Amino acid sequence: MRVEIVLNVQNIDVSFPDRSRRSFLGRMPEISVLHKVNLHIAEGKTIGLVGESGSGKSTLGKAIMKLCDVSAGSILFEEKEITGMSEEEFRPLRKEIQMIFQDPQSSLNPRQKVGKILSDPMINFGICNSREQAYEKAVNILERVGLSSNYIDRYPHQLSGGQRQRVGIARAISVEPRLVVADEIVSGLDVSVQAKILKLLKGLQKEMGLSLLFISHDLSVIRVVCDYVVVMYEGKVVEEGDCNDIFRKPSHNYTKELLEAIPLPKIEKDWL
Amino acid sequence: MQTILSINNLDLKISDRGINTPILRDINLEINEGEVHGLVGESGGGKTMVGKSILGIIPKTANITKGSILFDGKIIEGSNALPRKGLLGSEISMILQDPMTALNPVLKIKTQMIDVLRKHKGFSKASALVRATELLESVHMRDPERILEQYPFELSGGMRQRVIIAIAFACDPKLVIADEPTTALDVTVQKQILRLIKEQQIRTKAAVLFITHDLGVVAKICNRVSIIHSGMIIENQSIYGIFKRPKSKYLKALLNATPRYDKPAELLVPVEDNVIDDLINKARFYDEGRDSA
Repeated sequence: MRVEIVLNVQNIDVSFPDRSRRSFLGRMPEISVLHKVNLHIAEGKTIGLVGESGSGKSTLGKAIMKLCDVSAGSILFEEKEITGMSEEEFRPLRKEIQMIFQDPQSSLNPRQKVGKILSDPMINFGICNSREQAYEKAVNILERVGLSSNYIDRYPHQLSGGQRQRVGIARAISVEPRLVVADEIVSGLDVSVQAKILKLLKGLQKEMGLSLLFISHDLSVIRVVCDYVVVMYEGKVVEEGDCNDIFRKPSHNYTKELLEAIPLPKIEKDWL
Repeated sequence: MQTILSINNLDLKISDRGINTPILRDINLEINEGEVHGLVGESGGGKTMVGKSILGIIPKTANITKGSILFDGKIIEGSNALPRKGLLGSEISMILQDPMTALNPVLKIKTQMIDVLRKHKGFSKASALVRATELLESVHMRDPERILEQYPFELSGGMRQRVIIAIAFACDPKLVIADEPTTALDVTVQKQILRLIKEQQIRTKAAVLFITHDLGVVAKICNRVSIIHSGMIIENQSIYGIFKRPKSKYLKALLNATPRYDKPAELLVPVEDNVIDDLINKARFYDEGRDSA
């Protein structure tokens, strides 16, 4: 069977204007955020993207979602070039690429009930024809993410952090996307909730055959969800490989440093 | 070994529009001289409120309804408590999670460090400046003279936290309360800061109450650990006991639910709901004046 590449990022550069070095006249100097980044995701695979703050991992996620401009290189989604597309042309693909955000508090509309949050995208992308049908489907999806049907009438502020993140996941999968970009989705959660959300996401990913780009600063979390890991440092990919290989014998110095710096919950005398 | 801080049967409630919500329930905690004591819990467990109770900076709506806190043999909370003035900043100091809010944004680092040294240690302006330079060197800051002339916004997160640590240990305190001091930092910087806190702690022989949600960090820096949930101390053991022989169901579950890169994903077991429900029930029994046993 041929392995289909869902997303293929080739040599992309992204730069932003550097506001801190603005001169009185003339253009603002540019600061390079991503430099010749390559990444591909095969169908049904989970890729972990790890790096410290400022490494460009979230920017790469945004570039794939077409939320920021790419100055060079190309991004192919199912062999279609998306970098040059207008918003109009890209619109049908928005259904195929969904995102889950770090902070479900700010990514869910506080004035809408869960039912509306979940049914709007399904109506918008033509998956359901009527509000009734969409609500019915929303109830199903809620159950799939482990929430009972009476959550449909709740507002986001009436939910706990973990429940809100479940709604965030439900919204992303409701339109049956091919690719999900999850950016630091468990960083704000307590350990006892974190493990549940990770297991849920992993389960849904397998069940639906989703491709997943899982962005996190935490290699331990990546190990739970991902098959493959890409390590970024200062806007470049410095190492990539199967999780088992990278965690057992990292080759790049930065990856080694990163792994050694993670405090594992066990006693190691000379760690500090 | 002598006890530097003891919290005895502390209850704390927050009152909002006539409703009293219990936050801390019968907290008992002892910290020995020169010990790094970890206080570990999840958000809403009350760990920060314990730190605030020691410092006497609980919110206006909060009331300590029972119990006492003794620091160095003196009652600082409870009946016949002595005022904390004169202790805070010199004998008891603190390190907070967000160094941006802990430093005054409109004052140079120099001013903020000199103020502390002059107030608590009686330094002259000139000798305080010399001492401030030494302190910045002791936290491994390159070019301390230049840093002293800078404002907090000109420093990175890790550098700011170094300044805060320098200030916290400046007056050779007996107790430092560190509330999530590395949570906002990248892991590589976190390791440097942990090392630094340990170094300073050894240099000054201060006791540290290290408040965190991260069992990994605890394993690396603490000698003794208390686990807190629903405002109750669930377990208190030496660091070896915590990781080798955890007693409570909650701690066992928590250890199994912590993702770690050195173990396959299949070994991760989420915390079961009944473990948390048991703790919530225990808390309710306590509030109703019943015994949970």
